[in-house]
Amino acid sequence: MESIYWPSFFFLLFSAIACVFAVGVLVAKNIVRMAFYLVLSLSATAGLFFLAGADFVGAMQLMIYVGGTLVLLVFGVMLTSQERFLEMKTMAGDWLLGLLAGGALLFILIYAALSVPAWRGLDRAETAAFAAQQTATPLGMGLLGVRVDQLDEPDAARRAGMSGYLLPFEIVSVHLLVVLIGAAYLARAKYKRESVRE
Amino acid sequence: MPEITHLPLASLLTEPVGVAHYVIVGAILFTCGVLCMATKRNALGVLMGIELVLNGANLNFIAFGSSVLRNDANSLGLDGQLIALFVIVLAAAEAAVALAIVLNFYNNYNSVDVDRAELLQG
Repeated sequence: MESIYWPSFFFLLFSAIACVFAVGVLVAKNIVRMAFYLVLSLSATAGLFFLAGADFVGAMQLMIYVGGTLVLLVFGVMLTSQERFLEMKTMAGDWLLGLLAGGALLFILIYAALSVPAWRGLDRAETAAFAAQQTATPLGMGLLGVRVDQLDEPDAARRAGMSGYLLPFEIVSVHLLVVLIGAAYLARAKYKRESVRE
Repeated sequence: MPEITHLPLASLLTEPVGVAHYVIVGAILFTCGVLCMATKRNALGVLMGIELVLNGANLNFIAFGSSVLRNDANSLGLDGQLIALFVIVLAAAEAAVALAIVLNFYNNYNSVDVDRAELLQG
Protein backbone atom coordinates (compact mmCIF):
# COMPACT_ATOMS: atom_id res chain seq x y z
CA MET A 1 0.00 0.00 0.00
CA GLU A 2 2.87 2.37 0.68
CA SER A 3 6.27 2.71 -0.87
CA ILE A 4 9.63 3.00 0.78
CA TYR A 5 10.33 6.34 2.40
CA TRP A 6 13.89 6.82 1.29
CA PRO A 7 15.12 9.10 4.09
CA SER A 8 14.18 6.38 6.55
CA PHE A 9 16.04 3.81 4.47
CA PHE A 10 19.16 5.95 4.53
CA PHE A 11 18.71 6.52 8.25
CA LEU A 12 18.67 2.75 8.79
CA LEU A 13 21.70 2.31 6.54
CA PHE A 14 23.82 4.99 8.25
CA SER A 15 22.77 4.01 11.74
CA ALA A 16 23.54 0.35 11.02
CA ILE A 17 27.02 1.29 9.81
CA ALA A 18 27.59 3.55 12.82
CA CYS A 19 26.41 0.99 15.38
CA VAL A 20 28.13 -2.03 13.82
CA PHE A 21 31.48 -0.25 13.66
CA ALA A 22 31.07 1.18 17.16
CA VAL A 23 30.63 -2.38 18.40
CA GLY A 24 33.63 -3.25 16.24
CA VAL A 25 35.71 -0.64 18.08
CA LEU A 26 34.64 -2.25 21.33
CA VAL A 27 35.35 -5.80 20.27
CA ALA A 28 38.51 -5.41 18.19
CA LYS A 29 41.79 -6.30 19.84
CA ASN A 30 44.11 -4.72 17.29
CA ILE A 31 44.50 -1.00 17.95
CA VAL A 32 44.91 -0.14 14.28
CA ARG A 33 41.66 -1.88 13.40
CA MET A 34 39.93 -0.03 16.21
CA ALA A 35 41.09 3.28 14.76
CA PHE A 36 39.79 2.41 11.30
CA TYR A 37 36.43 1.21 12.60
CA LEU A 38 36.13 4.47 14.54
CA VAL A 39 36.72 6.46 11.35
CA LEU A 40 33.91 4.57 9.62
CA SER A 41 31.56 4.92 12.56
CA LEU A 42 32.04 8.66 12.84
CA SER A 43 31.66 9.13 9.09
CA ALA A 44 28.32 7.35 9.27
CA THR A 45 27.37 9.66 12.15
CA ALA A 46 28.06 12.60 9.86
CA GLY A 47 25.59 11.06 7.42
CA LEU A 48 23.03 10.91 10.22
CA PHE A 49 23.62 14.59 10.89
CA PHE A 50 22.89 15.38 7.26
CA LEU A 51 19.66 13.39 7.39
CA ALA A 52 18.50 15.35 10.43
CA GLY A 53 18.80 18.64 8.58
CA ALA A 54 22.08 19.71 10.17
CA ASP A 55 24.10 20.10 7.01
CA PHE A 56 26.72 22.46 8.41
CA VAL A 57 27.33 20.35 11.51
CA GLY A 58 27.62 17.25 9.32
CA ALA A 59 30.22 18.93 7.14
CA MET A 60 32.11 20.10 10.24
CA GLN A 61 31.97 16.59 11.68
CA LEU A 62 33.61 15.25 8.54
CA MET A 63 36.21 18.00 8.40
CA ILE A 64 37.11 18.42 12.08
CA TYR A 65 36.36 15.05 13.58
CA VAL A 66 37.10 12.56 10.83
CA GLY A 67 39.69 14.63 8.99
CA GLY A 68 41.37 16.13 12.06
CA THR A 69 40.86 14.42 15.37
CA LEU A 70 40.87 10.88 14.01
CA VAL A 71 43.97 11.55 11.90
CA LEU A 72 45.60 12.77 15.11
CA LEU A 73 44.50 9.56 16.82
CA VAL A 74 45.92 7.46 13.99
CA PHE A 75 49.22 9.33 14.32
CA GLY A 76 49.17 8.51 18.01
CA VAL A 77 48.54 4.87 17.19
CA MET A 78 51.43 4.86 14.75
CA LEU A 79 53.80 6.48 17.22
CA THR A 80 53.03 4.18 20.11
CA SER A 81 52.18 0.77 18.76
CA GLN A 82 55.32 -1.21 18.58
CA GLU A 83 54.73 -4.82 17.69
CA ARG A 84 54.12 -6.16 21.16
CA PHE A 85 51.55 -3.49 22.09
CA LEU A 86 49.12 -4.20 19.30
CA GLU A 87 47.04 -6.61 21.36
CA MET A 88 46.36 -6.10 25.04
CA LYS A 89 43.83 -8.47 26.44
CA THR A 90 41.33 -7.53 29.10
CA MET A 91 40.43 -10.10 31.71
CA ALA A 92 37.17 -11.96 31.23
CA GLY A 93 35.83 -10.80 34.58
CA ASP A 94 36.23 -7.18 33.52
CA TRP A 95 34.37 -7.89 30.31
CA LEU A 96 31.47 -9.53 32.15
CA LEU A 97 31.08 -6.66 34.58
CA GLY A 98 31.35 -4.16 31.77
CA LEU A 99 28.76 -5.91 29.64
CA LEU A 100 26.35 -6.13 32.54
CA ALA A 101 26.68 -2.46 33.35
CA GLY A 102 26.64 -1.44 29.70
CA GLY A 103 23.64 -3.60 28.97
CA ALA A 104 21.72 -2.11 31.86
CA LEU A 105 22.60 1.41 30.73
CA LEU A 106 21.57 0.65 27.15
CA PHE A 107 18.28 -0.85 28.30
CA ILE A 108 17.46 2.20 30.40
CA LEU A 109 18.31 4.60 27.58
CA ILE A 110 16.30 2.74 24.95
CA TYR A 111 13.34 2.42 27.31
CA ALA A 112 13.45 6.14 27.99
CA ALA A 113 13.75 6.95 24.28
CA LEU A 114 10.70 4.86 23.37
CA SER A 115 8.53 6.11 26.21
CA VAL A 116 7.95 9.66 24.99
CA PRO A 117 5.14 9.75 22.41
CA ALA A 118 6.24 13.09 21.00
CA TRP A 119 9.51 11.55 19.88
CA ARG A 120 7.97 8.85 17.71
CA GLY A 121 8.15 10.71 14.43
CA LEU A 122 6.00 12.76 12.14
CA ASP A 123 3.41 11.49 9.72
CA ARG A 124 4.51 10.92 6.20
CA ALA A 125 2.03 13.44 4.87
CA GLU A 126 3.56 16.19 7.00
CA THR A 127 6.99 15.65 5.54
CA ALA A 128 5.85 16.60 2.06
CA ALA A 129 5.90 20.27 3.07
CA PHE A 130 9.58 20.27 4.05
CA ALA A 131 11.87 22.63 2.21
CA ALA A 132 15.62 22.23 2.41
CA GLN A 133 17.01 24.88 4.69
CA GLN A 134 20.56 26.04 4.66
CA THR A 135 21.90 26.25 8.19
CA ALA A 136 25.35 27.72 7.69
CA THR A 137 24.22 31.35 7.66
CA PRO A 138 21.97 31.19 10.74
CA LEU A 139 24.70 29.29 12.61
CA GLY A 140 27.34 31.81 11.63
CA MET A 141 25.15 34.74 12.61
CA GLY A 142 24.29 33.00 15.89
CA LEU A 143 27.99 32.66 16.66
CA LEU A 144 28.37 36.36 16.06
CA GLY A 145 25.55 37.22 18.45
CA VAL A 146 22.52 37.63 16.17
CA ARG A 147 19.88 34.92 16.34
CA VAL A 148 18.34 35.27 12.90
CA ASP A 149 16.25 32.15 13.43
CA GLN A 150 14.34 33.69 16.33
CA LEU A 151 13.81 37.23 15.15
CA ASP A 152 10.08 37.19 15.83
CA GLU A 153 10.06 36.00 19.42
CA PRO A 154 6.99 37.68 20.94
CA ASP A 155 7.89 37.27 24.62
CA ALA A 156 10.01 40.22 25.75
CA ALA A 157 11.62 38.31 28.61
CA ARG A 158 12.87 35.57 26.25
CA ARG A 159 14.08 38.14 23.74
CA ALA A 160 16.31 39.63 26.39
CA GLY A 161 18.06 36.30 26.85
CA MET A 162 18.67 35.58 23.17
CA SER A 163 22.06 37.18 22.94
CA GLY A 164 23.55 34.62 20.67
CA TYR A 165 26.68 32.57 21.14
CA LEU A 166 29.34 35.24 20.85
CA LEU A 167 30.83 34.71 24.32
CA PRO A 168 31.10 30.91 23.98
CA PHE A 169 32.64 31.45 20.55
CA GLU A 170 35.36 33.70 21.96
CA ILE A 171 35.94 31.38 24.89
CA VAL A 172 36.32 28.40 22.58
CA SER A 173 38.72 30.34 20.37
CA VAL A 174 41.01 31.15 23.30
CA HIS A 175 40.57 27.60 24.55
CA LEU A 176 41.75 26.20 21.23
CA LEU A 177 44.79 28.49 21.25
CA VAL A 178 45.73 27.45 24.78
CA VAL A 179 45.18 23.78 23.99
CA LEU A 180 47.30 23.87 20.88
CA ILE A 181 50.18 25.62 22.63
CA GLY A 182 49.88 23.30 25.62
CA ALA A 183 49.71 20.12 23.58
CA ALA A 184 52.66 21.15 21.42
CA TYR A 185 54.67 21.94 24.55
CA LEU A 186 53.68 18.70 26.27
CA ALA A 187 54.57 16.54 23.32
CA ARG A 188 57.88 18.17 22.49
CA ALA A 189 60.93 15.98 22.08
CA LYS A 190 62.95 16.23 25.27
CA TYR A 191 65.70 13.72 24.72
CA LYS A 192 66.54 10.98 22.32
CA ARG A 193 64.64 7.89 23.32
CA GLU A 194 66.48 4.60 23.10
CA SER A 195 64.98 2.41 20.44
CA VAL A 196 63.33 -0.76 21.72
CA ARG A 197 65.56 -3.79 21.46
CA GLU A 198 63.83 -7.16 21.50
CA MET B 1 7.85 1.26 -5.70
CA PRO B 2 7.47 -2.16 -4.08
CA GLU B 3 4.84 -2.62 -1.43
CA ILE B 4 6.37 -3.92 1.74
CA THR B 5 3.86 -3.16 4.47
CA HIS B 6 3.23 -6.83 5.14
CA LEU B 7 6.73 -7.27 6.60
CA PRO B 8 7.26 -6.83 10.33
CA LEU B 9 8.94 -3.54 11.28
CA ALA B 10 7.96 -2.27 7.85
CA SER B 11 6.99 1.03 9.39
CA LEU B 12 10.68 1.69 9.90
CA LEU B 13 11.05 1.92 6.14
CA THR B 14 7.76 3.55 5.19
CA GLU B 15 7.35 6.12 7.94
CA PRO B 16 9.64 9.01 8.78
CA VAL B 17 11.93 8.40 11.73
CA GLY B 18 11.60 10.46 14.87
CA VAL B 19 13.77 11.68 17.71
CA ALA B 20 13.46 8.32 19.51
CA HIS B 21 15.35 6.51 16.73
CA TYR B 22 18.20 9.01 16.87
CA VAL B 23 18.31 8.76 20.65
CA ILE B 24 18.55 4.97 20.41
CA VAL B 25 21.46 5.17 17.96
CA GLY B 26 23.10 7.75 20.23
CA ALA B 27 22.56 5.43 23.20
CA ILE B 28 24.24 2.54 21.39
CA LEU B 29 27.24 4.70 20.50
CA PHE B 30 27.38 6.04 24.06
CA THR B 31 27.27 2.57 25.61
CA CYS B 32 29.98 1.29 23.28
CA GLY B 33 32.12 4.29 24.20
CA VAL B 34 31.62 3.80 27.92
CA LEU B 35 32.50 0.11 27.62
CA CYS B 36 35.60 1.04 25.59
CA MET B 37 36.69 3.46 28.31
CA ALA B 38 36.10 0.82 30.97
CA THR B 39 37.63 -2.26 29.40
CA LYS B 40 40.41 -1.21 27.05
CA ARG B 41 43.95 -1.54 28.34
CA ASN B 42 45.46 0.48 25.54
CA ALA B 43 45.31 4.18 26.41
CA LEU B 44 44.44 5.02 22.82
CA GLY B 45 41.51 2.64 23.05
CA VAL B 46 40.25 4.65 25.99
CA LEU B 47 40.55 7.81 23.88
CA MET B 48 38.51 6.19 21.13
CA GLY B 49 35.84 5.42 23.71
CA ILE B 50 35.77 9.08 24.65
CA GLU B 51 35.22 10.03 21.01
CA LEU B 52 32.33 7.57 20.74
CA VAL B 53 30.70 8.98 23.89
CA LEU B 54 30.90 12.52 22.57
CA ASN B 55 29.40 11.51 19.25
CA GLY B 56 26.51 9.77 20.95
CA ALA B 57 25.78 12.98 22.83
CA ASN B 58 26.08 14.99 19.60
CA LEU B 59 23.48 12.77 17.95
CA ASN B 60 21.12 13.57 20.80
CA PHE B 61 21.67 17.29 20.46
CA ILE B 62 21.15 17.26 16.71
CA ALA B 63 18.01 15.15 17.02
CA PHE B 64 16.43 17.37 19.65
CA GLY B 65 17.12 20.46 17.60
CA SER B 66 16.06 19.07 14.26
CA SER B 67 13.09 20.56 12.46
CA VAL B 68 12.88 17.49 10.24
CA LEU B 69 12.31 15.01 13.06
CA ARG B 70 9.91 16.93 15.26
CA ASN B 71 7.59 19.89 15.04
CA ASP B 72 6.52 20.52 18.61
CA ALA B 73 7.14 23.65 20.63
CA ASN B 74 9.82 22.02 22.79
CA SER B 75 12.33 21.70 19.98
CA LEU B 76 15.78 23.09 20.64
CA GLY B 77 15.90 24.64 17.22
CA LEU B 78 19.25 25.97 16.12
CA ASP B 79 20.61 25.70 19.68
CA GLY B 80 21.00 21.96 19.24
CA GLN B 81 23.26 22.41 16.25
CA LEU B 82 25.26 25.17 17.89
CA ILE B 83 25.87 23.08 20.99
CA ALA B 84 26.88 20.16 18.78
CA LEU B 85 29.41 22.40 17.02
CA PHE B 86 30.92 23.40 20.34
CA VAL B 87 31.07 19.76 21.42
CA ILE B 88 32.95 18.85 18.23
CA VAL B 89 35.47 21.63 18.75
CA LEU B 90 36.01 20.83 22.44
CA ALA B 91 36.36 17.14 21.68
CA ALA B 92 39.10 17.90 19.17
CA ALA B 93 40.93 20.05 21.72
CA GLU B 94 40.62 17.41 24.42
CA ALA B 95 41.83 14.68 22.07
CA ALA B 96 44.92 16.72 21.27
CA VAL B 97 45.85 17.18 24.94
CA ALA B 98 45.06 13.56 25.79
CA LEU B 99 47.29 12.37 22.97
CA ALA B 100 50.11 14.61 24.19
CA ILE B 101 49.76 13.03 27.63
CA VAL B 102 49.77 9.52 26.15
CA LEU B 103 52.87 10.33 24.13
CA ASN B 104 54.63 11.57 27.26
CA PHE B 105 53.62 8.43 29.10
CA TYR B 106 54.97 6.34 26.25
CA ASN B 107 58.24 8.22 26.25
CA ASN B 108 58.66 7.63 29.97
CA TYR B 109 57.47 4.05 30.32
CA ASN B 110 57.83 2.68 26.77
CA SER B 111 54.26 1.36 27.00
CA VAL B 112 50.70 2.63 26.54
CA ASP B 113 49.21 0.02 28.81
CA VAL B 114 47.05 1.82 31.37
CA ASP B 115 47.75 -0.94 33.86
CA ARG B 116 51.35 0.25 33.92
CA ALA B 117 50.30 3.65 35.27
CA GLU B 118 50.36 2.80 38.95
CA LEU B 119 52.69 5.39 40.47
CA LEU B 120 49.79 7.06 42.31
CA GLN B 121 48.25 3.79 43.37
CA GLY B 122 47.70 3.51 47.08
